[in-house]
Order: sequence, then structure tokens, then C-alpha cells
Amino acid sequence: MKVELKVNGVTRSAEVEPRNTLLDTLRDKFLLNGTHAGCEHGVCGACTVLIDGEPVRSCLMFAAQADGYEITTIEGLSPAPGELSVIQDAFCETHGLQCGYCTPGMILSAHALLQHNESPSREEIVEAISGNICRCTGYGQIVEAIQFAAERLQGSNVPRSKPAQHKQSEVEHDAPEEGILEAAEADAPTEAV
Amino acid sequence: MSADPSTFRFVSTNRRVREDRRFVAGHGRFVADIALEGMLHVAVLPSQHPAAKIVSIDASAALAMPGVHYVLTGDELAGATDQLMNGLDTPHVRRFPLAVGQTRYAGEWIAAVVADTRALAEDATEKLRVVYEPRPFVLKAEEALKPESAPVHPDHGSNVLLNKLFVWGEVDKHFAESPRQLSFRVTWGRNSTVPIETFGVAASWNPWSEVLDVWASIQMPKYADQIARALRIPANNVRVHQDVDVGGSYGVKRGIKQSVLVAHLARRLGRPVRFIEDRLENMRSGDAHGPDRIFDVDVAFNDDGIVKSMKIRALDNAGAYAGRAPFQLGKPIGAIVGPYKIESVQYRAQSVTTNKAMQEAVRGFGQAPTNYAIETAIDKVAAATGLHRMEVRRRNFIRKEEFPYLIPSGSTYDSGDYHTVVDKVFKHIDFASMEKERDRLRASGMLAGIGIAACLEPSGGNSSFEPLLNEKNTTTTWMDSCRINVDGLGFVSVTIHTTSSGQGHETLVGTVIGEVLQIDPDMIRIVRPDTLASLPSNSPVGSRMAIMLGGAAFHAAQKLKAKLIKIAAHQFGCTEDNVTFASGAASDPAGKSLNWAELVNIAHRNYHLLPQDMEPGLETTHVMQVPTGNKLPENGRVQMYPCHSFEFHVVLVTIDPEIGKPEIKRYVIGHDCGTVINPHIVKGMTLGGIAHGLGAALMEEFVYDDQGHLITQSFMDYLLPSAHEIPKVEIVHHCTPSPHTVFGQKGSGESGYLGSPAAISSAINDAVAPLGISFNKLPIRVSAIGDAIAEAQQAKLQE
Repeated sequence: MKVELKVNGVTRSAEVEPRNTLLDTLRDKFLLNGTHAGCEHGVCGACTVLIDGEPVRSCLMFAAQADGYEITTIEGLSPAPGELSVIQDAFCETHGLQCGYCTPGMILSAHALLQHNESPSREEIVEAISGNICRCTGYGQIVEAIQFAAERLQGSNVPRSKPAQHKQSEVEHDAPEEGILEAAEADAPTEAV
Repeated sequence: MSADPSTFRFVSTNRRVREDRRFVAGHGRFVADIALEGMLHVAVLPSQHPAAKIVSIDASAALAMPGVHYVLTGDELAGATDQLMNGLDTPHVRRFPLAVGQTRYAGEWIAAVVADTRALAEDATEKLRVVYEPRPFVLKAEEALKPESAPVHPDHGSNVLLNKLFVWGEVDKHFAESPRQLSFRVTWGRNSTVPIETFGVAASWNPWSEVLDVWASIQMPKYADQIARALRIPANNVRVHQDVDVGGSYGVKRGIKQSVLVAHLARRLGRPVRFIEDRLENMRSGDAHGPDRIFDVDVAFNDDGIVKSMKIRALDNAGAYAGRAPFQLGKPIGAIVGPYKIESVQYRAQSVTTNKAMQEAVRGFGQAPTNYAIETAIDKVAAATGLHRMEVRRRNFIRKEEFPYLIPSGSTYDSGDYHTVVDKVFKHIDFASMEKERDRLRASGMLAGIGIAACLEPSGGNSSFEPLLNEKNTTTTWMDSCRINVDGLGFVSVTIHTTSSGQGHETLVGTVIGEVLQIDPDMIRIVRPDTLASLPSNSPVGSRMAIMLGGAAFHAAQKLKAKLIKIAAHQFGCTEDNVTFASGAASDPAGKSLNWAELVNIAHRNYHLLPQDMEPGLETTHVMQVPTGNKLPENGRVQMYPCHSFEFHVVLVTIDPEIGKPEIKRYVIGHDCGTVINPHIVKGMTLGGIAHGLGAALMEEFVYDDQGHLITQSFMDYLLPSAHEIPKVEIVHHCTPSPHTVFGQKGSGESGYLGSPAAISSAINDAVAPLGISFNKLPIRVSAIGDAIAEAQQAKLQE
């Protein structure tokens, strides 16, 4: 089947199988290799892209489902070849990465956060990146990068989307607020309905 | 040779990490980004049984599918390749990329399907029909140790891969003389570093040039050699492309079986072939599990808490094959007494095969589990004597003035100042107030505990444990190398000869060479040639690259500088020691000077101006030997790694007694890795290491059910710490330079990880001590804590 996808502002078409994920389609058909496969079951966040500005796991979405949406990949964040966005530059400043594999997804999650929250608290940053697993950094320098980017964006005139466009409350209740979640705990049956 | 720290221009400064730019833009080049013309894809069929004879494999239905090119079985592969290397002298523990005749763990690869796409290859694996004849199996190390246990490799004769007893010093005498003794068991659960990028490899065979090109997500010494051996082709027919970015490894990216499988298929089919593990393949059968170890420890000490002697028995469950895993019992011998003045040690190292997945090298190579055992011993001595846990450590610490310090097992610790690091940390946190805070939390109804751990990070990785555990092995070098070339226009290009998985080697080398040549590090180009164009190197293992690659770069730059000075002296008509070299230019006392461009021009174009017998051009290389590691073992003693970083952890944890969930309230680490070359990199290593350790301590485990099936095989049940679980960590720095390295640097690639499991365990146990319970197995899961608390409370009610 043929899909037409608007990726990083450009409409592109591809012949795909219905079962092809958005992740595989971005990589194999459009050679946008910045989007990475990590677990392919929706936990690690390495495949994160933005769909209409919201972080989405491209491994859990079929290419066909993305038709009609604005898709942003990491390649769409750089203002020009060789130039970094404020957030990308902040990750370089604090060394908010090591191997670089989770980094595109992490930066897109951070980008989405800073689009609707100009001065996020540490807790809000942690919440925003809690769906992106990093095995290298222990997150410390990632949180610092996002704080640093927020400060720099506050002093810049880069336009951002309005807070009202983001359904904040729904997102916040997706995950536990803090602490360690055990599988058994997560799977515990809720009260019978 | 050692540089003067007061003159550093680039070393120890907060320069950016040059690798970061390409990654933040999504322009890393990972193995899954390698797409070759006409490339085919592989999927593998996993075994359904932990042990079974493979009676038959019917591939006809799979091969009949359009787009399916080939089905490879273990029998064909074993006929065409040699078995993969073992570290120990265990020739009958044979390993091939696919099971041959018999499967030895659930998930083991039985056959490989090659198709036009990975999806198609996966579909075709479902059409394979395998007839199995199940056999008895063994999962637990203590069962496997018994002579009557079902042998994983019948030809080997038993499940025992290694059973070696070391006695260093007068252990029996010290135990007999000691007024106090205690014994305990702790268990380190099977986990791993589980990188977010799985292992992947692509290979292409050119029959006209007879070269096998390999691109892989690899972190392994002698990788190209191992592929060549297995394929029975000359090593110079294998070209590994080392400019592939590796998406995390921390030791485990050793995909030799995957590589031999793909290389064989590429040759057999005459087409490029790629195999990227999916997450299930990676977790269940990627040969990437870590140590799975039981420690039985006896400690001899006195009423003052002075530990005189220790007996440690470490029994490791290596899984179905040997590989290099048993060596992970050997490396900790280099720091077997931790930071303490323990006079004698008995160490029994045991490794057994079982019907679990195979083990590979994991960050620290066995040191983190060993440190957990040692630190548990110190906490228990404190509890037994009624002394403060910190006081016992202080009393047993090696003192600053006692370095270099020879430990009983034959390693000499280079340097350290443990008491000062502890003092700095205690001052930073105001330890007394932290204890008050803990007590206040306890009074409010919470369980609260403080964890303490002190340990060493042996660094500079040689491979002395190889000859120590395998007498047929005579390895005494574990070199690394660097080559510098200054082109005719004066620009500097440097080659390094290994892959990188996030350690910032380009930044390291640029900084070091910039420092020596006094030129801007950002002007230096660093490249990774393929293995056919490389100098000998041993990859980033054993916390060694700051020392070994940094050292090689330093010495190569010194040679280059010496050449520039010689050229200048020849022009000036003075001796070389009268030439001053600064900011890339040379001058003499009379005021004559030659700038960088002029010196380069002479070297590249004015042979008539060069000193006699000097080669034209500006190129130098250095192949560096590991400092101190020059001898084979004698009497079970050997110098293991040259340098010893120190870390000291203090953790405040609370546990909600209702649900058993621990929460880290504060995490402070004191860290001394000598001279820091790039502060960002060292900080990242330390914070990332602590996160790995937290996972090992509280969350991560490869759990097998009684039927031999891995039940934590996805990220839904093998739990990785997210940003929610990892606390903000405070780092207190100290610098005790190593006398063995060029800038005084020590290793930091395993920092944080080596002590955090011990510290977190210590904190949990301090928290639950008032209930009269303790935990002696990692990971300490929420469920285990909750159950134990409930049971203890129940018991109290019944009293």
C-alpha cells in the first residue's frame, strides 16, 4: 500500500506493507536513520518521534496510521546542516549523552517539553524523559542539559507552541510519580468491575 | 614520564566532548544504519528446550517461501567453521554460533533463515519444523557442581569449568589466631548492562579480492583475529570497519557467534548479509548475560574490628558455554582485599556450566560482585563488634603513606588517600546530621537506612588473569596504540585503532595530543581506520583507555615534538636541549624561531635542511605496553592492573513499610581517579555507573523458571531504571595522581558501578535492621522487601 507522510515539513510517499511500523518506514524508506530501534515493544523510547508535536513511539505505530500528521524526527530539529538547535547544543554543553543511541529520542522528548513549558521543574523534566531509557549517563547530565536549554530559550525569541495546546493533565497521570515500579505491582489486577 | 599539572592547558578543563555533535543531530553511524547493495537479512530460530537432542530440522516449507534464500543449520556451520575460542583450557566445551546436535539452553539458536527482509526471515522461522528429544538439564550452580548433575557438555566430563584454590599468606594461622570470626553467604543475581542498541553485524565477502568486510556493534579485543580463526581464513582477509558507532556496550558487545554466523552466510551466498538482534534475541540468547554468583565468605577479625584474613569462595554460573566468562573470577584477584590491609586471603574460584544463556564480560569484569561481598563483610564485622561501620573501614584502610602497597595476591596498588576522600565526603554531607535525619525518619514511622561502601576500580586493563587461570596462556601484553600524521599544510590527523561505545576516545586523544603539541585540540582530526590499516590495539576494556590510549597518544605526540625540536635545533645550530617548544613553535636562546608552518614545511619539502638520516614527513606512532604488567604469574600471584581508582559511596534510603518500596533520599560519592582528562566524561561515567549499580541492586535480573525458561526477557519484566528511579547524585572529587601514567590519570570507565550495589544493599539492610531482618541476595526487589517486612512484623505481633 502507498502512504503519504509529512516528515520534517516535506511530504513524501512510500510503498509499504500494512504491517510496517513508522519506525521501519522512516529508516528503510526515507533513510532517516536518526530514529533508532531499541526494544520494539514500546518501553525504551529510542524510537521516539514527534507526531503533531507530541512524543510518540514510532515502533508502536504503523506507517499507515501516521498519514495526515506532522511527523518530526531528530533530523528535523537542526536549523541547517551543521547547525544545532538550542536543545541539541545544550546536550553538547553538559555532555548529556555518551553512546548517542537514545539521544535522538531523548532530545525530541525534551523538545516537546520545552515547547509547552518554559521553565520546567526538575520533577517535570524527569517526568518528561521518564519514557526514554538511557543506559550510559544515569540521566544527571541529561537533566542538566534540559535545564540549561530552558534557561537559554527563555532568553531567546524562538516561538513556541502555547501551553494550552498540550493536554498536560492526561500525560501526567500516565506514570507513577516517583520511586521504583515493580512488574508485579504494575500488573496487579485492579478491583473487579 | 609525567607532566606537570600546573601547566595543563587542555587536560582537566571543561572542554566539550567532540563526539557529541554528531549524535545530537541524529548523525551517529550505527550498524543498523549500514545498508549494502543487495543485502540479505537474518532471523534465528530459538530452542524451546533448555536441553534437548536435535533429532531433525525440516526447512522445506520455509525454503518454499518467496524471498527466502537459505536456511543454515548448526551441522552445516560446524562443518565449515572452527569452534569459537574459550578462555580456559576446555577444548571439549565446544561452541558454534548455532546449536550442533544438541541445544543447551532455552532460546539457543537452532537455525538461521536468510531472506530479502528481516520480517520475511522471521515469518520463515515459524515454518521450520524441529524434532527435539528433551534431555535432563541443570540450572543452579550448586547442583551443577555435583558430579551426578546432568552434564551440559558430556564430552567435557562434568559441569566444572574452573575450580581453583588460591592461598595468599598465612590464612590458617591468621584464622586460628583471630579472636573473632564470622561467615555469611551473599548472592549476586544474573543481570547485565543491556545496551539500548542490541548487537548487530553486517558482512560482505568479495571473492575477487578475498576480503571479508565486517561492520559491527562490537567492543572486543582481537575481534578480527577471532573471525578469521573461526572461518579458517587468513586474518588479513578480514577487514573490520572500526568507524561504526556502538550504541552502548559496557563490556557485553562481544558478538562473535553472531559475526561468524553472518560472515559464513555472506561467503556462502555471495551476498552481503546483515543480522540485527531484536530485543528478545538479545536478552535471551545474545551471549550477553553477566555474572551469576554465590559468595561464601569467612572473616577473621578482632574486637577492634581489624580484619586479619578472609576466605572467599566464589561460585559462578557461567551458563551453557565457557567463552571468556570464567575470567571474570580472575580479574577481582587484583583487588581481592578492596581498600583494606587484610594480610591473607584464601580464594576459591569456581565456574560451572548450566542450561542458562551464556555469560559474557560485563562492566567491571567481576569486580562489582566481589566488592559487594567484601563490603558486606565489613558491615558485618562492624555489627559484630558494635563499632561504627565507618570506624571499621577507617581502621582497616591502607594509609596514604603506605603506598605503593603490595596486597597478598600479588598486585601492588599504585596510590590512594582513602581517609582524605572519606573525610571530604563526610564534611560535604555532614554525616552526623544525616544520621539524625535517618533517625528522625525512623521516628516518623518510615524505615530508613544509610548505606556505605568503599572500593577500588583497578584500571589500565592488562590481561594477567588469563595466564593466572590458564597455564597454557602466556599473555603479558595488552597494548594500545596511536599514530599521528601532520600533513604538508600543517594539519594534524590521528588514527586510533578500536571501536568506541560512548567513552569519548576522540576527545581523549585530541586533548592529550593538543596538550603535548600545544595546539588547539579541536583542530586535530581523529579517525579510526579499518583493522587492516590499524596498529595493535585491545579495545576499551578493563577501564583502560585514559591510561592506555591516552598514554599511547601522549608518547606519539612526544615523539613528534622531539622530531620538531631536532629539526629546529639543526636549523638554529644549537643542541636540542637549548630549543624551547611552545604553542607549536620552536625558538632558541639567541632569539631565532621557527613557527609551526615553517617546521612542517622543512619536514615535508626541504629534505636538504633535515638532520642527517631523518625520515621526511612528520609521522610518529606509539604502541604502548600496560605499565607494570610485564611478568607471568608466579606461585598464584600476579600484578593485575596498574592503577587503582577509589570510590566511596554514602546513600540515605527510606522504605515505606507498607509496600516495601525503597526511595533514595540522598546519594553522595567521593571519587578519586587521579588526574581527570575530561571532567564531563568522568562525571558521566560515574553517574551512569551508579545507575547501572542501582539496577543491579534493586531491579534487574534474568530470572529462569524451574523449566529452564527465561521469564524476564523483555523490558516489561527485566526492569531498567528510568529517570524516576535514579536520584540526583552529588560527586565529591579528590585527586591522587598515579605514578604510572603520563598525566597521573587512572581509570574511570567502571566508576560508580563498582560500589553502588554494595552501598544500596548496605542502606537497605541498615533500614530493615531494626526489624531483625536482612537481605543477602541482589537484586533486592520491592516484592522481597515488602514480603520480608510483613513477615517480620507478623512475627513480632505473635511474640
